[in-house]
Amino acid sequence: MNDQTNKWIGKRTIRPDGVDKVTGRACYAADNSMPGMIWAKVLRSPHPHAKIRGIDTSKAEALPGVKAVATAKDFVEFPIDTAVPLGIQDMRWMARNMLAHERALFHGHPVAAVAATTAEIAAEACKLIEVDYEVLPWAVEIDDAIAPDATPLFDHIQFEGKPSNIAGKLEHKKGDIEAGFAEADVIIERSFTTRPVHQGYIEPHACTVSVAADGKTTVWSSSQGQFMVRAMTAYLTGIPQSDIRAIPAEIGGGFGGKTIVYLEPVAAILSRKSGRPVKMVMTREEVMRATGPTSGAKMTVKIGAKKDGTIVAGQGTFYLQAGAFPGSPIRGAAGCSFTPYAIPNVLSTGYDVVCNRSKVAAYRAPGAPIGAYGVECVLDEVAQAIGMDPLEMRLKNIAHDGTKAVHGPVFQSIGFAQTIEAALKSDHYKTKLTGKFQGRGVANGWWFNAGGESSAQVNITEDGNVVVTTGHPDIGGSRASIANITAELLGIDYDRVSVLIGDTATIGFSNLTGGSRVLFASAMVVTESTEKVIEQLKQRAAKIWGIDASAVVWENGEARPSGEHTGNFPTMTLAELGAKANETGGPIGAGSQQNTTGAEGGFATHICDVEVDVDLGTVTILRYTCVQDVGKAIHPAYVEGQMQGGVAQGIGWALNEEYIYDKQGRVDNPSFLDYRMPVCSDLPMLDTIMVEVPNPKHPQGVRGVGEAPLVPGPAAVCNAVSNALGIRFHDLPLSPPRIVAAIDANMKQAAE
Amino acid sequence: MTDMRYLAPQTLDEAVGAYAAAAGAARILAGGTDLLVQMRSGMVKPGLIVDIKKIAEMTAVEQTADGGFRVGAAVSGAALAEHPTFGQVWPGVLEGFNLIGSTQVQGRASMGGNLCNGSPAADSVPALVAAGAVVTVQGPDGRRELKVEDVPAGPGKTNLKPGEILVSFTLPPRPKGSGDAYLRMIPRTEMDIAVVGVGVSLTLENGVCTAARVGLGAVAPTVLLVEDAAKALIGSKLDDAALDAAAAACSAACRPIDDKRGTIAYRTKVAGVLLKRTAAIAAERAKGN
Repeated sequence: MNDQTNKWIGKRTIRPDGVDKVTGRACYAADNSMPGMIWAKVLRSPHPHAKIRGIDTSKAEALPGVKAVATAKDFVEFPIDTAVPLGIQDMRWMARNMLAHERALFHGHPVAAVAATTAEIAAEACKLIEVDYEVLPWAVEIDDAIAPDATPLFDHIQFEGKPSNIAGKLEHKKGDIEAGFAEADVIIERSFTTRPVHQGYIEPHACTVSVAADGKTTVWSSSQGQFMVRAMTAYLTGIPQSDIRAIPAEIGGGFGGKTIVYLEPVAAILSRKSGRPVKMVMTREEVMRATGPTSGAKMTVKIGAKKDGTIVAGQGTFYLQAGAFPGSPIRGAAGCSFTPYAIPNVLSTGYDVVCNRSKVAAYRAPGAPIGAYGVECVLDEVAQAIGMDPLEMRLKNIAHDGTKAVHGPVFQSIGFAQTIEAALKSDHYKTKLTGKFQGRGVANGWWFNAGGESSAQVNITEDGNVVVTTGHPDIGGSRASIANITAELLGIDYDRVSVLIGDTATIGFSNLTGGSRVLFASAMVVTESTEKVIEQLKQRAAKIWGIDASAVVWENGEARPSGEHTGNFPTMTLAELGAKANETGGPIGAGSQQNTTGAEGGFATHICDVEVDVDLGTVTILRYTCVQDVGKAIHPAYVEGQMQGGVAQGIGWALNEEYIYDKQGRVDNPSFLDYRMPVCSDLPMLDTIMVEVPNPKHPQGVRGVGEAPLVPGPAAVCNAVSNALGIRFHDLPLSPPRIVAAIDANMKQAAE
Repeated sequence: MTDMRYLAPQTLDEAVGAYAAAAGAARILAGGTDLLVQMRSGMVKPGLIVDIKKIAEMTAVEQTADGGFRVGAAVSGAALAEHPTFGQVWPGVLEGFNLIGSTQVQGRASMGGNLCNGSPAADSVPALVAAGAVVTVQGPDGRRELKVEDVPAGPGKTNLKPGEILVSFTLPPRPKGSGDAYLRMIPRTEMDIAVVGVGVSLTLENGVCTAARVGLGAVAPTVLLVEDAAKALIGSKLDDAALDAAAAACSAACRPIDDKRGTIAYRTKVAGVLLKRTAAIAAERAKGN
């Protein structure tokens, strides 16, 4: 599509959900209530690791007001040693995460749930449940979990023939790593750690579930996929998917953390037992103790380069915390970290480590920022060692169309070179820093992006307007983008298109809002549906005019006769055709369902300027520019918003965010007060440069944009702080005490 | 599920009567920015809540005959900020108070609540200590006065007697050439709890410091009055040697803990750093007065 002729694609239209959100009318999951509804609360493990020998719920059940109690015994049984895959999840782990089975595996692990007439009674009843625990030794850190004397979390998991907390290994290999390093003039090898960080969505998990006497089940909840909610609820309760209607509420942030559920199957069990609708709302403390985060990690990265800056070998070993159940994003860490570069010899290995923390959940480009942190920090040191500009050195080594990535695929159409060139040419990069203790850091990042299943329905109303239904919760402006595309294709005003998110009974299967896939995939099915509608509109006009449909063109929102019929009939608008729908063949509308393919990865380059207060150890972000190949920006304001949001989260990860555990294995900072995400005043205006290299496999050129902007952040900030102080940092977060300690140690060393 | 009673008396006598009669089961509600959070988290379950905001004396700000100020214990941060002269005379006290929470919290939070909550990190307290503020409390046995630094007894505890309610703060008149300031260290730029907080009040005559008080927060079980730091400043021209000595006195006064908000080493160092910076601001203000 040619930009000059676009009327709506590329425009910053008002978001359809905006008015409801700013006026407080938007309905989030906790806003739902029903007649007869009761409340449920969860009893959580007081131990980080314990065998559950028995649970006695009789006293809780006897408390007046209590209507139902649930334990793991109420779920469909999934043996612990047999995988039950659902997408990237495994239902045997999901079941055990929602209600502990054989063991409580972290402090805060749900053990039982009670539904009662009030939330207070439910909480009181939880205290009456008697759990017989056999307390076990625990480990929250990787080194403790993989130590030879560590207590395995699972009896059946083995690594190299022995019981182990290493639950999986992933290896990507290319070329000959030994030979590669032998060619290098400079080799830098460093070890790093990153801490687990939470997605930090504002809205805590919440749901209302009503199971009717005939088993028909309705779920209202906030998630990144109503079909995921339906499937997981069906798996754990045994209710057929056709009997479950999962209705997505407006979502108050997800960032990957709502691609799994914690509450809905439990509420369904309680509703089925009590015959009442059951509501569950997590507190912030519950969110921080038992949901998310992404993995903490330790890693070693080694990179070899020639004096001219050519990278000849790269090796990375990444240990990621999975939390209580296997499944850390080692694919993102080991798979994405070297991918931006055409390195002939690579060995990238990931280890999945279980430990007594809450199970990790997806977080914006899961694993990729962790791997990129190690690789991009070492690249910075390599550039310094050979005296090259860090961006120029990266540019010399980047992947191009045709480069085979270390994890397998060959790049088809990427805009990475354009992205780095835009960064090099930016006003930011050309402006030199002059102040004392100021520094600049750069880093690159890459994310896979995804396609997958999407469904859409486009209907023309009797008054000639348009209703589009898709199956993806909107967490990043997708409704506004779909409205732009539909208005463009139909040639009508944006205001005449309403975009809705259907529930599982009203729209066909649509996979999760995740993987930066939603606009890529839903634009494809909406485009196909709209094209079918346009064909119908041409046929209706042809019928009215008594000519062949092939002689009708659709232009500027109107049907127009063409060829020999040009000018013979007055054009017909969408409104006119909508009004005549019944007499010309019935309702006008079309749907489409596809397993979409052709998603191309996204590259981002970040430039970060900082100033360090060397007495207090605080880091001020002076300027930050996020440059990214965004394919085609259907709605530039939301693309920029995604980029800025990713940067803000990356800065938080780099500077202050971390889980702090006490000596009893409990999270010590389960609140937004002490889990320090950046606040507005911590950040300058975050600059964005959108590089548009359209994806040729997409009708509008769309490329996923949501996740790539988090990937380079932690490395860019760390490189900037290192540059400001002349001290290399290898452990996140760069919190004030850590920076002051490093400065003091450095001064001491210099004095000696 | 115990019942909870709520009272909003119009007079202090009524409030003291009800509060004393409840014998420990009652809590005082001013802005509620600590109490409601503690109730929601299950930390406290009061049987009686005595809301003091309907009592005129509690929400009044008045200039005393000698040129000082009396500030009601329940006056909100926003209300004090709007007072025509208080912020000119005691900018440090006001800035410490106004650092608590967000704009919304400022509409509710009070200095009385901040002090009686007993947090060592309370942002309004170090500058009040530096100001030499005195509190008036009223209990079943009548009224008495305490220095602000004598109110906290430890984290979450005060030296108020059973049934006593904190009524107001009295700040002394300011000699010419006086200034005060408050600075805190937080890892973010707002919405955080002080890792270290320093309040300094001083008076300059011809460039020489003739009076000084230093309050130090978040580095010990209670906010401290650091007399050694004041001694180092008094008589000096606030030269580097005096500031170094005062900073060292602040670091020496620290009895911090390692916790999720900061380490012992970090807090000890930063106490000194902030003393110098706060004294410089206070001195700058003093020169303008």
